[in-house]
Amino acid sequence: MDFLTDAAGIKTMTQLALIIDLNVCVGCHACVTSCKEWNTSGWAGPMTDFNPYGEDPTGTFFNRVQTFEIGEYPKTETVHFPKSCLHCEEPPCVPVCPTGASYKREKDGIVLVDYDKCIGCKYCSWACPYGAREIDEKQKVMKKCTLCVDRIYDESLAKNERRPACVMACPTSARLFGDIHDPDSEVSETIRESGGYQLMPEWGSKPANHYLPRRKNRITLHRDELERADNPLKKEGILPEPPSDQKTLDETTSW
Amino acid sequence: MHPAFSVIFLTTLIGVGQGLFLALFTGQFYALAKLLPAQDSQAFYAVGCVLSLGFLLAGLVASFFHLGHPERAWRAMTQWRTSWLSREVIILPITMLFIFLYGLAHFMGWNQPWFVLADGSLPVDTTLVMGMLATFATFLLFICTAMIYASLKFVQEWYNPLTVFNFIFLGGASGFTLAAAFSAYAQANMVSFYGMWAVILTLAALLTRGASLWRNRRLKHKSNLQTAIGIRHNKIQQKAQGSMGGSFNTREFFHHKPEKIVRMVYWFFLLFFFPIPIALLGASYGIESVYLPMLAFVMQYLGLMAERWYFFAEARHPQNLYYQAIA
Ligand code: SF4
Ligand code: SF4
Repeated sequence: MDFLTDAAGIKTMTQLALIIDLNVCVGCHACVTSCKEWNTSGWAGPMTDFNPYGEDPTGTFFNRVQTFEIGEYPKTETVHFPKSCLHCEEPPCVPVCPTGASYKREKDGIVLVDYDKCIGCKYCSWACPYGAREIDEKQKVMKKCTLCVDRIYDESLAKNERRPACVMACPTSARLFGDIHDPDSEVSETIRESGGYQLMPEWGSKPANHYLPRRKNRITLHRDELERADNPLKKEGILPEPPSDQKTLDETTSW
Repeated sequence: MHPAFSVIFLTTLIGVGQGLFLALFTGQFYALAKLLPAQDSQAFYAVGCVLSLGFLLAGLVASFFHLGHPERAWRAMTQWRTSWLSREVIILPITMLFIFLYGLAHFMGWNQPWFVLADGSLPVDTTLVMGMLATFATFLLFICTAMIYASLKFVQEWYNPLTVFNFIFLGGASGFTLAAAFSAYAQANMVSFYGMWAVILTLAALLTRGASLWRNRRLKHKSNLQTAIGIRHNKIQQKAQGSMGGSFNTREFFHHKPEKIVRMVYWFFLLFFFPIPIALLGASYGIESVYLPMLAFVMQYLGLMAERWYFFAEARHPQNLYYQAIA
């Protein structure tokens, strides 16, 4: 791993990641389409489609939004669940690759596929428990989310545009992007403070992407809090008499 | 998982080739120890090696159909430090090379002993050295092939040492059955010897494969829909899986066959790999027929293909949790 040294000389490592807020996602698929739009025409493209306008359209996507219904009617909740490569910190898909086409960047922890080396054996897709990799049936190589590696360092873009296409497109800001190894970054803080969690933690793959759970804001009110206990109109009668030498409010102000 | 025919052919054909070589070399060893009559070097060992190489080569060819870019296959030799697939890609041609040299040594009659061991009773010649090297490579190849599957820890049906034993015994048994058929064809008088070993290996395979079938039936999967999406509720229903006409994820990780067909393949493999070849080999003790061992091999190979299909079909990949509609 590559270590970057911070100002105080402490070695830190970068791990870029997405945080997806399931409490906010409305399932509009804007991230799916903007991902496809950016990547099919860019460095990682094309993302081939078959039968796009006919029956049973199919094709390559780096990002998909699934929908789940939780609970039983009438007590149900709909959860939209965006799903893409999680850029695992211990990616099981990388060591199995026989060609070295799949690799994890030391600089920023992004997991990538070198299309010029990939032989399309699909073994890496078997070794990803999340089903995040999809073979391109036309180019016959393995494809997956690149975290828009061709955007985020592009200095010809305005600073706030150097973010993954999906993050830019999300109308509800359900997607955050940043370095989860920097304890002071927005994403790290969000994971800590809003209960960020990883998918299938049981396999030790340590996904870098985190999800934020559904949250309901509730407050508990007690009966006495519903009536204003310090209501002066009610309290007047029981207040102790002011000392007789003290001026009353009526004497000092004219309201 | 989806059983791809290229992989079924690859793993079964090389298994037969490896088993056949082991059978030839075992025969030579027994002959050395004077427990069996020596066989003709050219007609038996050299031709047997050609047959074994034919199976290995056919498996190799089948494997290329699995690749998107076969022209880059050489690259697959580079990551042997971490990838069992890479190790297999390296050891397969090495095995073929040693089996070829072993056959060549027999064909050329290179049996001048290099040196003599055990008070003159064990002359070590080229065939013996090449045979030992090829045996070593053959076992490594069995291990590499099996570890490709046995190393995927979240495919829990495969993640077990039984997988390695299954590959060794299933491949070995079919190879020894082929050896019995081959010696019947070559009139080599070794039918009952190979037949006996084939039955022993088939029974060993029954033990380990039976154990893995039993294990898989009782298997508790670590992942479930709750851990997959991280939502704690006993009732979760998938409403949309992010594609309309399916995707790579819906095609690659499930067999898409009704339960009835899967059951049928299961019984076919159990019948055709175990009892039928054993009965045919047993019958060839009594009835001297060239065709009985041959038939035994054909039946057992069909059973082996069915076994491999079932091996893939029974493996449940956790990614299918995200595709509830298909699995
Ligand atoms: S999500 Fe899958 S493809 Fe992405 S890094 Fe993790 S294991 Fe690899
Ligand atoms: S499909 Fe490509 S990236 Fe994946 S394991 Fe095979 S060679 Fe490596």
